[in-house]
Amino acid sequence: MTAPAIGPTFDGEAIIRVRGLRNSFGEQVIHDDLDLDVKRGEIIGVVGGSGTGKSVLMRSIIGLQQPDTGTIEVFGESVLDADVDDSVDIRRRWGVLFQGGALFSTLTVAENVQVPLREFYPNLDQRLLDEISAYKVVMTGLPPDAGPKYPAELSGGMKKRAGLARSLALDPELLFLDEPTAGLDPIGAAAFDELTRSLQRTLGLTVFLITHDLDSLYAICDRVAVLADKRVIAVGTIDELLALDHPWIQEYFNGPRGRAAVTSAERAATISGA
Amino acid sequence: MSAPADFQHDAANGGTLRFSGDLSLRSVGDLPERLAAAPAPIATLDLSGIQRIDTVGAWLVHRYARDNNAAVTGLDENGRHLFEQVAESDHPIEAPPPPPGTFVRLLGEVGEAVIQAFRTLYGLLGFMGATALALGAVIVNPRRFRFNATVHRFEVVGVQSLGIIGLMSFLIGIVIAQQGAVQLRQFGAEVFTINLVGRITLRELGVLMTAIMVAGRSGSAFAAQIGTMKLTEEIDAMRTIGVNPMEALVLPRVLAAILMMPLLAFYASLVAIIGGGLLCWIALDIPPITFIQRLREVVPMSDLYVCLVKAPVFGAIIAIAGCFQGMQVEADAEQVGMRTTTAVVQAIFLVIVLDAFFAVFFTEVGWT
Repeated sequence: MTAPAIGPTFDGEAIIRVRGLRNSFGEQVIHDDLDLDVKRGEIIGVVGGSGTGKSVLMRSIIGLQQPDTGTIEVFGESVLDADVDDSVDIRRRWGVLFQGGALFSTLTVAENVQVPLREFYPNLDQRLLDEISAYKVVMTGLPPDAGPKYPAELSGGMKKRAGLARSLALDPELLFLDEPTAGLDPIGAAAFDELTRSLQRTLGLTVFLITHDLDSLYAICDRVAVLADKRVIAVGTIDELLALDHPWIQEYFNGPRGRAAVTSAERAATISGA
Repeated sequence: MSAPADFQHDAANGGTLRFSGDLSLRSVGDLPERLAAAPAPIATLDLSGIQRIDTVGAWLVHRYARDNNAAVTGLDENGRHLFEQVAESDHPIEAPPPPPGTFVRLLGEVGEAVIQAFRTLYGLLGFMGATALALGAVIVNPRRFRFNATVHRFEVVGVQSLGIIGLMSFLIGIVIAQQGAVQLRQFGAEVFTINLVGRITLRELGVLMTAIMVAGRSGSAFAAQIGTMKLTEEIDAMRTIGVNPMEALVLPRVLAAILMMPLLAFYASLVAIIGGGLLCWIALDIPPITFIQRLREVVPMSDLYVCLVKAPVFGAIIAIAGCFQGMQVEADAEQVGMRTTTAVVQAIFLVIVLDAFFAVFFTEVGWT
């Protein structure tokens, strides 16, 4: 196992490899023979209509959902039949942000950030833990006084940021984000995109991003995976996807909202270019 | 695996620390302690020899550089970017105020508890009033009465608890008869076991044990259900649609408890008497027919009235305490558990206090 170098390492090595995945709830089949590769160092956006199993796919990869059949490898290790030591090692190398933040409601924000640190590195002293949680909280765009607050005292957007701070606590190599910008105001959403992008650059993160936010797709995703018909029907850059003749993809990117997102992405490019 | 984080001291040029290895959370080891013990003064921190750096490594270097006024060199572009990000996020941690002394804290806690107790009492009284108002509104306008919801609560509170209450009462009847017989045998007065079983179950234990079981089974459920609905904003949604939660949620539960408690208490007393009778038959050789005859002679009708008067009052207390605590839930999931516990404790406490009042009252009015 080699440690990743600093910065984007777009070397084509698959950090997540899903093969022949099948998930079903009773009679209802969610995924059937689904394949997906996520390359090290990229931000991959996962899109699909409601109910196409985007969250279920993420839950399968992080081991919360036992699939019927199929193999899932993360960091080259199978997550489905990993022994305890391996799965602990995998877990400390990824961070997960759930849709609602999923903060522990009885702990303050700072304590929430410290939970994974304490769990995996029990020898860190309290002062360093406090400092780490403090700068992580500020890094994710929360005010410095948010640390001692309880999740119930935070707004929805702040909970998301606090959740992100916790998912980044271990400086993971792989970050799972489930609709991080849903429910944020446009300014907050853009700042979140910017934050994700800069973390990906500086930490060499790989990001698995489930989103409905077309602006995020245009702004930060290296590639986009489209979930439909129980499979990943296409993976590629947005331009590559637009060249495909699939009705859902065409409707998704060429609908009124898709076109608006292109315009705003172009405008942003012009402004930053000028 | 990557090399652990390390540094070498170089005294030249006003002091330099040359870092090497993997400056990340995983391999940081005892670096913080060793850095703190590094010889001063240090003017430069050279990071050109490191393999990898993450935010924890960057933080440690930044902290050292900040505290010792040292310059950081040797980072590549991404590393510098990361380092700047961490440095920008450096804000002083607000130290929590020092905890007050034990005596002051104790005093404060006692004061808070007293205030809290009065607030709860005040809130509970208000809630009883609101329930009465809702009942009045429903009586004036009977179409607003939730018949189906109420009948459903009958089933949950009443029918579904028959099994456990029956079993409990049966065993209690046996225990009273057995323990009573052991004591009364010393005077050769075993036959008074029948008085004991008949009177104590009807007057006190039947209704009291039923109330405790209903508080544990239904009062807690009321608090948890309503509390969870409060958390998921279901109650707010109800209000915006124009449904009064007092009428839709609280009233059916309170009515169900008021109507089911007398039936359950009567049933519990009966089963306890059957249990006691069974023991008398087996252990004391008193045949059932004698047991029943004797029971009719020694247990006055007023004992049953005592039972039937107390039961609905206890039911109302249990349901109101449960619903009230449920409605107090705010903010987070921990509160649901806390409020549920409080609901049960409060209900049982109030039931026992009221039971004492009832005992004095019924003696005064001559139902002895």
